[in-house]
Amino acid sequence: MSGPDLEHDASDDVHGDVSVDRLALAEELSGTSADGSIAVASADAAEYALRLGDDALVLAQQLGMWIARAPELEEDVALGNIALDLVGHARSLLHYAGTASGRSEDDLAYFRDEPEWRCAWLFEQPNGDFAHTIARQLAASVYLFELYSRLMHGTDEVIAAIAAKSVKEVDYHRDHATQWVLRLAGGTEESRRRMITAIADTWPYVDELFADDALVERLAETGVAVLPSTLRPGFEEVIDEVFAEAGLERPTGRTAFIASGGGREGRHTEHLGPLLAEMQVLARAHPGASW
Amino acid sequence: MPTDPAARRAWQAAATVTDPEIPVLTIEDLGVLRSVEIDDDGRVRVQLTPTYSGCPALDAMRDDVLLALTHAGYDEVQVDLVLAPAWTTDWMSEAGKEKLRRYGIQAPSGNAAARPSGPVRVALAVKCPRCDSLNTRELARFGSTSCKALYECRDCLEPFDYFKVL
Repeated sequence: MSGPDLEHDASDDVHGDVSVDRLALAEELSGTSADGSIAVASADAAEYALRLGDDALVLAQQLGMWIARAPELEEDVALGNIALDLVGHARSLLHYAGTASGRSEDDLAYFRDEPEWRCAWLFEQPNGDFAHTIARQLAASVYLFELYSRLMHGTDEVIAAIAAKSVKEVDYHRDHATQWVLRLAGGTEESRRRMITAIADTWPYVDELFADDALVERLAETGVAVLPSTLRPGFEEVIDEVFAEAGLERPTGRTAFIASGGGREGRHTEHLGPLLAEMQVLARAHPGASW
Repeated sequence: MPTDPAARRAWQAAATVTDPEIPVLTIEDLGVLRSVEIDDDGRVRVQLTPTYSGCPALDAMRDDVLLALTHAGYDEVQVDLVLAPAWTTDWMSEAGKEKLRRYGIQAPSGNAAARPSGPVRVALAVKCPRCDSLNTRELARFGSTSCKALYECRDCLEPFDYFKVL
């Protein structure tokens, strides 16, 4: 190499200066998608991916709040790991959703206001006590397992690939929630009482997960989406098996008042606002920052 | 590994990259390195598959592959992430599993298809990587990372990680 020792000239170096950040940025700009090729979502598929991604991201944010607060150290780690899986699902889904409008996954995660979010109400419900978190986890993971098991055979290659990847992880989340339902329901009188209360409080939000609307009806015709209503029998069968093992009863009948939900149209419960505020504050205070 | 000699050389360079969290395993042992191709312009295209969707090790492995190939003399390198087909522990090499055990992490027991199904699962015995005892107990389904569960051996009394079947 020629030139003074202290003044490194990149042009002298065969390979130039290599910055990982620069390479990663160039790659992101090339727009490669989940399957390694360039895929752009249709407007409908993007809206659907946004719903799935928002469910995953909001639940991940909720679970992350347990870190350092869970009843035992192992549970900090478990809920943190489950949250991490869900963040991974959300990243793939939001990345794909963004291809339709030219927005990045970060734009969608950090720079949308409450009415622009498409998550169902179940996912934005507060953590409550540990039993409430577990009741929400059971409903969420059994629903997601049923959904992804079907979507992995769907006609949208990117959504199918994300579903096939995610379903294996959600299966472990389902397992984790089941083990805790059994433990709490069969534990002390107090833990059982709390589990029963948590299920009663959580179940009114289950109906919304299975509501069909115009978007899913259009997408289901071409096999991109699954009609949510068709997932309900499978969901209830699994829940009933878990509850039978735990000596619990699945709430029925009195949950209809909430059936419409509204999350898919951007109408949310009062819990989403504070959650987004905490999740988005740093990105909004320092737009474009990386760390 | 590719049959084309040029691509094979690039594969070998990429295959030196190890998992930052389990440094005894290369990305080839893990089955994370899916393909290496060189196009007519000499551009190297590598496909990696994530183990778990949110695994933070993946970003490090992707950067390490870029650096390994750049250091091996390839100017243009593209690393793509592929989700389909989804990664499974079945792709982990036998040599990799043996390295894991020697490192103190029990390798996945059996293959993914043999994983018990059903909403309420029975616990399977996992062998202690130190003393080979089957008298072990699961302490936590999610251990230090998503891919591992935490066990303890009731004979040698050591805690150990188990790489879960996925």
